[in-house]
Amino acid sequence: MPMQTMHIVSAYDEELAYLARRIAAMGGHAERMVEQSIAALVNADAGLAQKVIADDAVLDDGQREIDDKAIVVIARRQPMATDLREIIGAIRISADLERVGDLAKNVAKRVVAVTEARQPTSLFRGIEALAELALTQLKDVLDIYATRAVDRIGFVRDRDDQIDAMYTSLFRELLTYMMEDPRNITPCTHLLFCAKNVERIGDHATNIAETIYHIATGEQMPVERPKGDKTDRVTAPGTIASN
Amino acid sequence: MIEALWRKLWRHRRLLTAGIVAILVAHALAGSSLVVPVGLSLLLVASVLVVGDGENQNGEGAGAAMADDLQRLPAEHLAQAVTDPLILFDRTATVVHANAAAIATFGSLAPGLSLPLKFRAPEMQVLLDNVLSGSVGADSIDYAEKLPVERLYRVSASTVGHGSGLYVLIFKDQSEARRIDRMRADFIANASHELRTPLASISGFIETLRGPARNDAAARDKFLQIMQNQTGRMARLIDDLLSLSRLEMKPYLRPGSRVDLTGTLKAVIDTLTPLAKDNGVVIEREFPDEPTEIPGDRDELFQVFENLVENACKYGQSGGRVVVSVTPGHDGPEPTVDVTVRDFGPGIAEEHIPRVTERFYRIDAESSRAQKGTGLGLAIVKHILTRHHGRLSIASEPGKGAAFTVHLPAN
Repeated sequence: MPMQTMHIVSAYDEELAYLARRIAAMGGHAERMVEQSIAALVNADAGLAQKVIADDAVLDDGQREIDDKAIVVIARRQPMATDLREIIGAIRISADLERVGDLAKNVAKRVVAVTEARQPTSLFRGIEALAELALTQLKDVLDIYATRAVDRIGFVRDRDDQIDAMYTSLFRELLTYMMEDPRNITPCTHLLFCAKNVERIGDHATNIAETIYHIATGEQMPVERPKGDKTDRVTAPGTIASN
Repeated sequence: MIEALWRKLWRHRRLLTAGIVAILVAHALAGSSLVVPVGLSLLLVASVLVVGDGENQNGEGAGAAMADDLQRLPAEHLAQAVTDPLILFDRTATVVHANAAAIATFGSLAPGLSLPLKFRAPEMQVLLDNVLSGSVGADSIDYAEKLPVERLYRVSASTVGHGSGLYVLIFKDQSEARRIDRMRADFIANASHELRTPLASISGFIETLRGPARNDAAARDKFLQIMQNQTGRMARLIDDLLSLSRLEMKPYLRPGSRVDLTGTLKAVIDTLTPLAKDNGVVIEREFPDEPTEIPGDRDELFQVFENLVENACKYGQSGGRVVVSVTPGHDGPEPTVDVTVRDFGPGIAEEHIPRVTERFYRIDAESSRAQKGTGLGLAIVKHILTRHHGRLSIASEPGKGAAFTVHLPAN
């Protein structure tokens, strides 16, 4: 399916195609950063964590470039309808991707604190599963940006719910570990923040899906989005036995 | 011309030598004059030249015809015959053609799709840039995909012909080696962790049996029973680990065969009826008798439903019945067949639902052990469904039971 309908000025098409390519490149970088930050966390790999932190600059540059380019295109071509949505969409998607990079960087920054002492692998199983869900969401959404098959976008809501449910479950689990042994509090608190960051990555992916839907159809994605994060109601199971 | 004749002679040198030697031998044996063998030899050379000429003409004719066929061979057919994923693209990195292997591996790759939008990994972007900018004629990189299943490819990109404006991307699957490594590491990690518990308990009981309980017949019997249970658990664990490893070894491709879904379900129910009876559970069927054909592997789907129905019978025992139903559904625009296994037991608390397909995740370690669970059943289910492009959804209300629904693509 062709990305854009043809314009008389083919340089215009090239500019739009360039924006789309830059978005995809940013998306690829963001996916890689998330993947590597979780790998660094699970394998206690401080070197990889440093790499992720350094890579964030690529996404910052990418966002700035897309912003500049988009403004130039708007000023020069005075786009209408689909083209205008395409360009505004690019600005919004690049902002979301830049945030995804920040969140991955934040996970990477916590690697040293979490893995200072050796942690049991069971501690990381949950966050690995959560990250897999968030990454799948990001990948599927960016694939839809490539194909514009917005009729397939329904999965986004389902997966968003799954991510929220998984996050709530993880929250509870980490709380239990902290109650079992106060020495767990440091790593588990950092892991809680990591989990929150990963959950936010899923939210940004969902935002991108909404933007793509708007670009393709000109309408807002139908709202039916009850906030699924239920951790505001999670309490510690039972009270601490010893004082 | 002379040169061509020489070449023909050279090509038939063995035949010629053999012929001349034979003539000379015959001559030596017969002892006749020299004229006869020389004449015969000349005749032989001449015949070789004539025959050789004919053969050569035939060869040239066939070559010309084949070259003609090759010119008329559509690139599409050639691409289709390649078993590795292959994508043809133009100067703007837009897909011109993707062969069947590429579509089976990477999903939709319709002509007009922009490649850098589909393959976003930084190294792929660099590869495409390098080849399109003409800075290199051909280049290759290692490309790893993590989701939905870990895969590793050696990807090469190059121009096609001279000035055709077309480029080709070929993926060589290298996942096997990576998967074997991963499988070994996982197997050792899981086995060493999970087998240690029963092993420790067995060795503890052996110590007791040889020490304090040496002469206590009643305790001996009880301990031996526990030890037998533990070895049974270890055996089941090894079975499940092996079965999961075997699944992970298989390439991530949707099985090409078709399977009768309702027939498979009936077979599963027949197999598990004795177990259900032992648990005091009745398995109810809520699907028609006629066969429902879907793409899939029978043995693997059998295992999926066996695990789900077995779980329902064990953990939903208090409900007294398990209902297996089949309904049509849809996943986005794609039609699916949904199989639901519902029990009426205690149900699963909300916080556990998203986690139950993780390896060794147990809601209640005690009851799982009592039911001879290994903590791998649902992990196996999830893996098989991913391979089938299907998914599992779980709904439960505490106190009212749980429903596990398998969504499988209908075509």
